[in-house]
Amino acid sequence: MYRYDEFDHDFVNARVAEFTDQVERRLAGEITEDQFRPLRLMNGVYLQLHAYMLRIAVPYGTLSSRQLRMLGHIARKYDKGYGHFTTRQNIQFNWPALSDMPAILADLASVEMHAIQTSGNCIRNVTADHFAGAAADEVADPRPYAEILRQWSSVHPEFSYLPRKFKIAVTGAERDRAAIQVHDIGLHLKKNEAGELGFAVYVGGGQGRTPMIAKKIKDFLPEQHLLSYTTAIMRVYNLYGRRDNKYKARIKILVHETGAEEFARQVEAEWAELKDGELRLPDDDIRAIDAYFAPPPLVQRPDGDEAVRLARLDSKGFGEWLDQNVITHQHPDYAAVTISLKGIGEVPGDASDSQMEAVADIAEKYAFDEIRVSHEQNLILPHVARADLKAVYDALVEIGFATANSNLISDIIACPGLDYCALANARSIIVAQNISKRFASHERQREIGELKLKISGCINACGHHHVGHIGILGVEKKGAELYQVTLGGSGDENTSVGEIIGRGFGPDEITDAIETIVDTYLRIRLDPGEKFLDAYRRAGPAPFKEALYAGEIKAA
Amino acid sequence: MKILTANRLADGEAVWFAKDGSWAESIDVSDVVADKDKDGEARLEAIGKAAFENNAVVDVNLIDVDVVDGVIVPQRLREKIRAAGPTNRTDLGKQARPEASHAA
Repeated sequence: MYRYDEFDHDFVNARVAEFTDQVERRLAGEITEDQFRPLRLMNGVYLQLHAYMLRIAVPYGTLSSRQLRMLGHIARKYDKGYGHFTTRQNIQFNWPALSDMPAILADLASVEMHAIQTSGNCIRNVTADHFAGAAADEVADPRPYAEILRQWSSVHPEFSYLPRKFKIAVTGAERDRAAIQVHDIGLHLKKNEAGELGFAVYVGGGQGRTPMIAKKIKDFLPEQHLLSYTTAIMRVYNLYGRRDNKYKARIKILVHETGAEEFARQVEAEWAELKDGELRLPDDDIRAIDAYFAPPPLVQRPDGDEAVRLARLDSKGFGEWLDQNVITHQHPDYAAVTISLKGIGEVPGDASDSQMEAVADIAEKYAFDEIRVSHEQNLILPHVARADLKAVYDALVEIGFATANSNLISDIIACPGLDYCALANARSIIVAQNISKRFASHERQREIGELKLKISGCINACGHHHVGHIGILGVEKKGAELYQVTLGGSGDENTSVGEIIGRGFGPDEITDAIETIVDTYLRIRLDPGEKFLDAYRRAGPAPFKEALYAGEIKAA
Repeated sequence: MKILTANRLADGEAVWFAKDGSWAESIDVSDVVADKDKDGEARLEAIGKAAFENNAVVDVNLIDVDVVDGVIVPQRLREKIRAAGPTNRTDLGKQARPEASHAA
């Protein structure tokens, strides 16, 4: 796992000292809110409905046990005993006092963590496939490149005041689990025919009020040009991106209005000046970063198959969890485990202090001290010996984190919504909880199969509703909450933006509407192997519209 | 009717300007200005501006409320949730405290 070098330590400690001083001056009234606001945002501090909120960076979602334990400690000491894992692989605390921020950031720095660039118009936390370094279908680990981008983009003077925020995601597998096509830059790490590593480069994707699917502007960028080419993209954006209108300031608007071809030409022209300069990555440097992400010592554990077979006979719950939450690892004796933070009726992404500490213990004992945060708001143990799966399962059962629902309808993404967020127009959490309870039956969820349901409480789309197979967007209409439903979205290698199905539903109607949609799918699917998304793409919106609204049309 | 609300600078706590001239943690004791009382609204606005400039509070807003059977009830759900706490966690926020608001 990546460890801070001397530069990182000095840099983060200097920032903690700087922000401590800024907080003290603010509390003493020496600087105004207008002066302080951009400073606190640069350090991840927002003001929400009930309190301040602190967003902490989890680079490419990777945590050690020591770090997760510290997050548990912060939850207990400075917050109200829990934290919220986000769709950008970060964690947020909902209740910290401004006066406690210096102490929290000092505690974070002690475990090589910080909240820098989790807000503001800069390059945000670089995200990656949460199964990086473990998934059997991976060409190469995307995290070394995410780390190179993190180092390069941290307080990069040229890119600290962009027209708008900027998000980069990297995947190293054909099957995209990092949603790269809805990012400002999406990088698909792959090998060319000569076996060399490089990237397909996507630009101008995003969700929010204007959802756009990224355009591929380069088929194969050799790895040594990662920074020179990214810099070229950033320069074109920094020069031509709109600063006059916040809602048109993201790079997706620039790419859309310029045209992908012309945009690519501008990037190539800029890149021609840069590609053989100092930004060209020396092979030794790439391999040095690679070494930080070397896999743990995965010793042979051939007892796994038999252990799993026996445990499955012994426990129905274990069998269900194995089938749903455990995926194939690069090493045949190992597996990658999804720890569901979506227990039936629970808040998606929330974990208590003691749950965080328990997961840290499990990771330390059984998973080489490594935990990932997924953009789907779950935790991942990327390397678990198959022989230890039952022990891990039993430990997760004890803390309520063994729900066997990965990729099923109750594995819902939901933003904090109006229960916490100052930007929200409607609640998200309660909608997620009600749907989760309605579809509580594991058998029923299995019958429905893969179904990604995503909920946002406002048009900013933190809950990724545009790419939900079923998306729910909460809006405020005449002072009341109203939920608009989109169908057919997807955030994988075949990305699509969901289509609005019709008029919205009130808080008391939305769960029934979702059930109607699911029942319609079950009725029209060709066979149990046809997934919800495939059925929608084949049949289109008509049968769903009919099921949801036909009664109204007849009544009218 | 309108009341004045903000968040306290040091800890972000949601607060309301009270009849006794303090910034209270409960909406119940808010200084309520009647409909169409433009002078009253201006008075509250001036108080909010001064408190912001004195660094006591941030994010100051006049909000619409009704008084129902003597209880102050915000018109928007957003403000109801600010006055009570998260609707999914009734163990948190004002609703969990002895001086809990009745607003939501």
